[in-house]
Amino acid sequence: MAYDKFNILQSTAVPLPIENVDTDQIIPARFLKATERKGFGDNLFRDWRYHPDGTPKENFVLNNPIYGGKILVGGKNFGSGSSREHAAWAVYDYGFRCVISSFFADIFRNNCLNIGVLPVQVSADFLDKIFKAIEADPKAEFEVNLPEQTVTILSTGEHETFDINSYKKENMLNGYDDIDYLVAMKEEIKAFAEKRPF
Amino acid sequence: MKTLFDKVWDSHVVRKIEGGPDVLFIDRHFIHEVTSPVAFLGLKNRGNSVLYPERTFATADHNTPTLNQHMPVEDPLSAIQLKALQENTAEWNIEHWGLGHRKNGIVHVVGPENGITLPGATIVCGDSHTSTHGAFGAIAFGIGTSEVEMVLSTQCIMQPKPKKMRITVDGELGFGVTPKDVALFIISKLTTSGATGHFVEYAGEVFENMSMEGRMTVCNMSIEMGARGGMVAPDQKTFDYIKGREYTPKGADWDKAMEYWQTLKTDEDAQFDMEFNFDAQEIEPMVTYGTNPGMGIGITQKIPTANDVQANEVTFQKSLEYMGFEQGAPLMGKKVDYVFLGSCTNARIEDFRAFASIVKGRKKADGITVWLVPGSHVVEDKIKEEGILDILTEAGFSLREPGCSACLAMNDDKIPAGKLAVSTSNRNFEGRQGPGARTILASPLVAAATAVTGKVTDPRELLKPELV
Repeated sequence: MAYDKFNILQSTAVPLPIENVDTDQIIPARFLKATERKGFGDNLFRDWRYHPDGTPKENFVLNNPIYGGKILVGGKNFGSGSSREHAAWAVYDYGFRCVISSFFADIFRNNCLNIGVLPVQVSADFLDKIFKAIEADPKAEFEVNLPEQTVTILSTGEHETFDINSYKKENMLNGYDDIDYLVAMKEEIKAFAEKRPF
Repeated sequence: MKTLFDKVWDSHVVRKIEGGPDVLFIDRHFIHEVTSPVAFLGLKNRGNSVLYPERTFATADHNTPTLNQHMPVEDPLSAIQLKALQENTAEWNIEHWGLGHRKNGIVHVVGPENGITLPGATIVCGDSHTSTHGAFGAIAFGIGTSEVEMVLSTQCIMQPKPKKMRITVDGELGFGVTPKDVALFIISKLTTSGATGHFVEYAGEVFENMSMEGRMTVCNMSIEMGARGGMVAPDQKTFDYIKGREYTPKGADWDKAMEYWQTLKTDEDAQFDMEFNFDAQEIEPMVTYGTNPGMGIGITQKIPTANDVQANEVTFQKSLEYMGFEQGAPLMGKKVDYVFLGSCTNARIEDFRAFASIVKGRKKADGITVWLVPGSHVVEDKIKEEGILDILTEAGFSLREPGCSACLAMNDDKIPAGKLAVSTSNRNFEGRQGPGARTILASPLVAAATAVTGKVTDPRELLKPELV
């Protein structure tokens, strides 16, 4: 599925300073029963966001109107646990285009890159600065610049560079994905398959 | 000089992309009803077809009920997903072991059982516990739905090669200490992110002496320390286990394969990016106290205090609050409401044998609900053949039908909010076993000891040495 191109994103951010946020929290298993990829944003962080009767939990950040924006900032080891791509879909469908953390679980990071959410890994120190900037001003703006591979706290100008595989970067900049690439090399794959022992 | 991981990975690289990931050929692809429907939809929308249907195997497990499987599935959404798998596999000529099929069961139990999981193979599935299959010396890991579509349409995925880690455990495991305890012990030392970006090779006497079932349990839990997967070099035990199974190579193909499989070990001077060594004697039966699998302690130990752990204090406190536990308190003796024996971690025949070794001649504790869920019909049949069912029945337990069950509670097997469960599954995340459910991860022996006493119990108190 193709997705919107990612280039430079300027936005406020939503802070979630909790470590080891697992994909069961991002989207609980009982919401994985769809056979189409839509509507997952409604259940993003379902059990942290709503009481069992469906009323919003006021102290959860997504229910606090002073926070908003297309960037989600999470604590260390974000997206651990289940491989469910539904977690990345929920993040995207809710409206986030970028997740910033000091550490990501591998499968979650891959899933994000495959569907058009940019996972940006920064140092623990810089992550702390981002949280502090939001704490000081919930309307603080950040710039995530994919071509330059930088994240900037616009109010202070502090910035840090981040790593991204050059192939994945091209994909994100152009909004296309691995499947197109692989389908184009089908003959090479078939020749390889012939030689497999089992 | 290559590691086992290098040998298997490198032999599957179709193309190396400069500055990018490798295009990796996938020998075996497992699918189930939850992470495949959108992949099939994507395939169709792009006008692609399934390149090698004979390399993909489907089973229904996450949503399936564990009672009355002969009846229509009650939950309409589950029924729709199961039907989608049925239709998609029929349309694309993929082998499908749906509900009622003799081979149906949890994807990571039925793969090895049928000889689909082979040494030196690359295996993926839209499920993080695909790491289980590494027990056979395969590179096996979980993927997302976009990647499921990728494998269906091209039999390849694109991945940067992970780093390599070796975890060596030497010595002999103590009385009542099982593979699950080894896994929980390692994760408690490395934390849930300690192996992120790495593929783990398990080495040393403990794994050499471990059964195939035990190796599967350990490899299964690799993902819980953030690893892409874990593997054990194949040996005679591996070959004996797979020989003669339905999908295993036969005759001349077997001989040829054996020749290759015997080369699958890490060269003596091969380098790892990270190494850890542990002594088997350090490990005792383990239990978790928090809301991730890294928050584990020996069963005789006390819950640590915020000062003792590296975790962020807010996260640690939130975790204990969710569990209803206090810092510095013991877990032993804590009253338990539910026991769950099952999941791709511990629903194999050996796990039921272990459970039965403790409950034999004892009775289920009053006021505790116990769900015993085999990983497959094959396991279920063995439980009956070996007389384990009689032992269980006599002790007041009953057996359910195979599936993922309360491991992730996508079916009706949900631990109610606020209730405490001792569970042999792999995750104790908030709400994992049902909204508000509280989970202590443990081995089948701890689960059995708890099931007959009604409280968290050290199995060594109940085990007779001659039975172990």
